[in-house]
Amino acid sequence: MPEQTPLQKSSLISDQEAENITRVEELAYEIKVQEVMTPNPITMTTSMKMQEVLEQFRVARISGAPIVEEGKLIGIISIEDLIRCLIKSDLESEIQNYMTRNPFTVKGDDPVVEALKVFVSTKVGRLPVVNKEGQLIGILTKGDITRGLLKALQQDYQTEEVRRYRASHLFEDIESERTSLILRYNIKAGDFTHGGEASSKIKRALSRMGASPQIARRCGIATYEAEMNLIIHTTEGGVIRVEIEPHQISIDVYDSGPGIQDVELAMKPGYSTASEKVRELGFGAGMGLVNISRCVDIMKLESVWGKGTRLRMKIFLKKEDTVGEGHAAKS
Amino acid sequence: MKLNEIVQKLNGRVLNSKVNMEIEIKGAGGADLMSDVLASIQPQAVLLTGLCNPQVVRTAMMADVLAIVLVRGKTPPAETVQLAENERIPLISTPYGMFEACGILYQAGLSCLERPVSDQDCFAN
Repeated sequence: MPEQTPLQKSSLISDQEAENITRVEELAYEIKVQEVMTPNPITMTTSMKMQEVLEQFRVARISGAPIVEEGKLIGIISIEDLIRCLIKSDLESEIQNYMTRNPFTVKGDDPVVEALKVFVSTKVGRLPVVNKEGQLIGILTKGDITRGLLKALQQDYQTEEVRRYRASHLFEDIESERTSLILRYNIKAGDFTHGGEASSKIKRALSRMGASPQIARRCGIATYEAEMNLIIHTTEGGVIRVEIEPHQISIDVYDSGPGIQDVELAMKPGYSTASEKVRELGFGAGMGLVNISRCVDIMKLESVWGKGTRLRMKIFLKKEDTVGEGHAAKS
Repeated sequence: MKLNEIVQKLNGRVLNSKVNMEIEIKGAGGADLMSDVLASIQPQAVLLTGLCNPQVVRTAMMADVLAIVLVRGKTPPAETVQLAENERIPLISTPYGMFEACGILYQAGLSCLERPVSDQDCFAN
């Protein structure tokens, strides 16, 4: 088998390489063996002569084939077996004298990473793929895995590119006197587990629309603090409404109570009415509203005790920060 | 400094799997108050914190923090690890305390990415 070594090196994604390429590693868990294998491979039977194996390998340009009897996989024959046979000038012999019985197999719905593990630990060149009933459905080589992963990576890349492209040209394609995109999120009171989810989505949407990292960050921080306020302080939660326009982002956060008793005091750094539980989460230090005011260009806080609170914020976009108009419109 | 260098220096354990440890970290900040993190930490930092709840991961995302180090050998709840995994933010646990962990990284030449948050500054806007 030494003559196989260089081939293996060039076509195999080693464990260590896979670790370094994060997305590849991840895909190895996501993609199933049956998505990358070669289906319906050429099969042989135990009673065939090695001469026929040689012919089949030569004509089909393959280096191994599963041996099947009555639909059941019973062995595998590879080019190495053929070489052993040639050395002995024994081409009239039957396959069963040279084949490997009970070969390692993988299941079609196993993730690719399972197959990689077998390849790494056994050094075999190909693995027959079977279904739940043990019937042969395909064959898998390391080359198949590499090709499958590369294809998936390319698809991944294209999907995100298309998404970004579409989002960043959103406003260009629509004609009106004033176009805007409105995002709405309902926030539940006391829902600490999902605290920050809406803000993450807002931040991601802005990035996809071509907002600069600074704008996305300022918007993310301001909405996050406001979102946590809705979760911590309101009786029935509230709403975050973000209106995105090419020249500005307007954020409106409102709830139906209980309201703030002293708005001026609430704006004071360090002032907080938060409970011990909230403080344990790293919030309630009385810096939320202060942080918000740092991130936005205009901030307006109105509250009526017993009625509710409304926090309005605006971030103005300079030409270079413009969102949703694509790169062409910015230059 | 590369993230895996930081992990090595802190004797750290990476708690999630689908993350890139080769990323370049510009500097660091240490805080337990999430509002302080949001107010003061600069982008592309590693955050050292004693807080273990999912909000740490959310805060990191908002503040463009590239990785989170949990000090004092803390093991976070499963939902924190899950969120970090989903959002692909490296989560690292170190046996060192906050003071020592910060000291080790500072001595190794990692710069400070915290800016002061003074009261005066608060009223400036």
